Amino acid sequence: MAVGAFADRGADLELVGIEKRFPGFTAIENLNLTIPAGSFFALLGPSGCGKTTTLRLVAGLEEPTSGHILIGGTDVTNQKSFQRPVNTVFQSYALFPHMTVLENVAFGLRRRKIGDPVAKAHQALHLVELDHLAHRKPQQLSGGQQQRVALARAIVNRPALLLLDEPLGALDLKLRRQMQLELKTIQEEVGLTFLHVTHDQEEAMTMADTIAVMNKGRIEQMGEPQQLYELPKTAFVANFLGQSNLFTGPVVSTTSTAIAVDVSGQKVVVPLERAHRVSGEVTIGVRPEKLTLHAVAPTHDAGRNVMGPGSVIDVSFSGVSTQYLVAVPGVGTLVVFAQNMAFGPAAHVGAEVWLSWNVDHGFGLDDDPADAPRFEADLDTKTIAQQRRSSLLTELEEA
Amino acid sequence: MAFAAFSSTTPSSTTDPIVRRRSPVALFLLLPGILYLVLFFLTPLVSLLLTSFQAPREFGDIGQFDYAFRWQNYVEVVTTYWPHIVRSFSYALTATFFALLISYPLAYFIGVKARKWPLLQSLMLVLVIAPFFISFLLRTLAWKQLFSDESFVVQSLKALSLLGPEAHVTGTAFSVIFGLTYNFIPFMTLPLYTTLERLDVRYLEAGSDLYASPFHVFRKVTIPLSMPGIVAGTLLTFIPAAGDYINASRDFLGGTGTQMMGNVIEANFLVLQNFPAAAALSIILMTVILVIVSIYVKRSGTEELL
Repeated sequence: MAVGAFADRGADLELVGIEKRFPGFTAIENLNLTIPAGSFFALLGPSGCGKTTTLRLVAGLEEPTSGHILIGGTDVTNQKSFQRPVNTVFQSYALFPHMTVLENVAFGLRRRKIGDPVAKAHQALHLVELDHLAHRKPQQLSGGQQQRVALARAIVNRPALLLLDEPLGALDLKLRRQMQLELKTIQEEVGLTFLHVTHDQEEAMTMADTIAVMNKGRIEQMGEPQQLYELPKTAFVANFLGQSNLFTGPVVSTTSTAIAVDVSGQKVVVPLERAHRVSGEVTIGVRPEKLTLHAVAPTHDAGRNVMGPGSVIDVSFSGVSTQYLVAVPGVGTLVVFAQNMAFGPAAHVGAEVWLSWNVDHGFGLDDDPADAPRFEADLDTKTIAQQRRSSLLTELEEA
Repeated sequence: MAFAAFSSTTPSSTTDPIVRRRSPVALFLLLPGILYLVLFFLTPLVSLLLTSFQAPREFGDIGQFDYAFRWQNYVEVVTTYWPHIVRSFSYALTATFFALLISYPLAYFIGVKARKWPLLQSLMLVLVIAPFFISFLLRTLAWKQLFSDESFVVQSLKALSLLGPEAHVTGTAFSVIFGLTYNFIPFMTLPLYTTLERLDVRYLEAGSDLYASPFHVFRKVTIPLSMPGIVAGTLLTFIPAAGDYINASRDFLGGTGTQMMGNVIEANFLVLQNFPAAAALSIILMTVILVIVSIYVKRSGTEELL
């Protein structure tokens, strides 16, 4: 790492055959990952999936059991964390309580003997709109302010690689949007490489160029946000990134462009290029907003899959859209998001409805259907209210 | 006294009006404490102050004094005993320094490194406290035995020519400072342990992430964060060490050339029965410690961390 100078551009990060075992369990198994320079990469997954461990390995705070870490082509596996051109925004902020905000931000600059650390620290604080609090101690700031100081403390060093560990978790929605925009701007301006670890799929999708969905120490699927959403490869990705209606059944016929699957007696067609498996027992799915509700059985159309009749068991209004739960006998419960194009719901609880979707919107998963459980929708209003409440509670606790 | 020094520097950040308002109930509840302090702290202190100005009774016996305002007592004790005063504070300072040097790594190991093994942690803590189960007089006597001219230690050192044939260990400045250091190590280790045990290692990781080498992390993060323990430990060592008279006593590790203020006070009070001189020396010892401690606590800037 050059002393006295900033990295002039972001560096690419390469993880080769990384494995990390802790006494008793394996956190990461055989992880191979390349993050191109200047990209905004998100590692998305539930807690305990190994994403934070991956971040700590890159930061040099943990040593891999085996494998190599390369930053900008240089093998840094054996370098200590203070030698790596990497900075981290910690989930716990880890702001030094014995220093002022300004000294916290200037800490890295002073260690690297970069000229005029105070002015540069002020600039970074200005960027996160906290320059007026430069002489306070961190514990005198609110959680959101502390998080912004942590961000300033990392980006002021212009690292080749910036690691973000759930960096926006404690911010309210408005500040969160502002900081997301700010991060994007900084990233585009300076061309830094960002590695963002989060469990928030919405944040990952809005900010990242590339998302890797991690589960149980492995990467399930990697790609652009839109690709991951529209064409998930596994049931885990299909349900972690948004919601999905999944069905299982045997492939009954194959044409040159599509496969037809028998789902409890109803024929569902999936384009061949959108199906990861083309024979035997398969799992297929469709996103809830792609479904259309019909009050009467729709006329047959080769371009659309039809399912039904089913009965509406729950209707919940959320402003922009309304969510319907439809129980289809033999298939299960399906979720439908419908735009509120007119006043009032299109169907009431108990109504008999049919569902249809464009054949091109379906997708076929790569999972072995034996492992992939039939999609159990647990999405009635009560559950949603409960989930909303618990997420609000955790947000409040963090703030 | 040490507590007076602490309270004089506690930050006056509690501007809460509720705290400021004195209710009669609070005063009533404080009454036993106040009575206790008046009876057992203020009265002896005033008595000591009055004694220090006493003048010898005309045609009186040894040990007979009258109340007066004989400030020359102070001049006399300072001119007579200034080497002991200087020695007391330099011995105490050196012992505090070495105790800190030995205790910090020990406390760091127990409080930070041994977190993964709670059993080892408790075992080591017990070992630190264990010497308290034996009277410190006995322990100091044991050291006297070990350092005596006929002891195995001294004989071996002489055989190896590390000590001259006529050299002694007991009765030297070394053995007194050694004894002080040894006796006060637990008082240094325990407060250090309590702060280091709460040290959040994530701060150390953040320091390392921000390009600080292990040495810099220690100097810029670990030391400042453990300052409350350092201040408490050094005070608990320095204050009693400055007034100590056991280690420097001729019956223990000291000699004629190593007498400290405590020994002089003891001799004046019990042997020479020169009570005013003993009292004046006590007042001087107390004042100097108070001044040193308040400057130290102010300068170490630990008000916020305490």
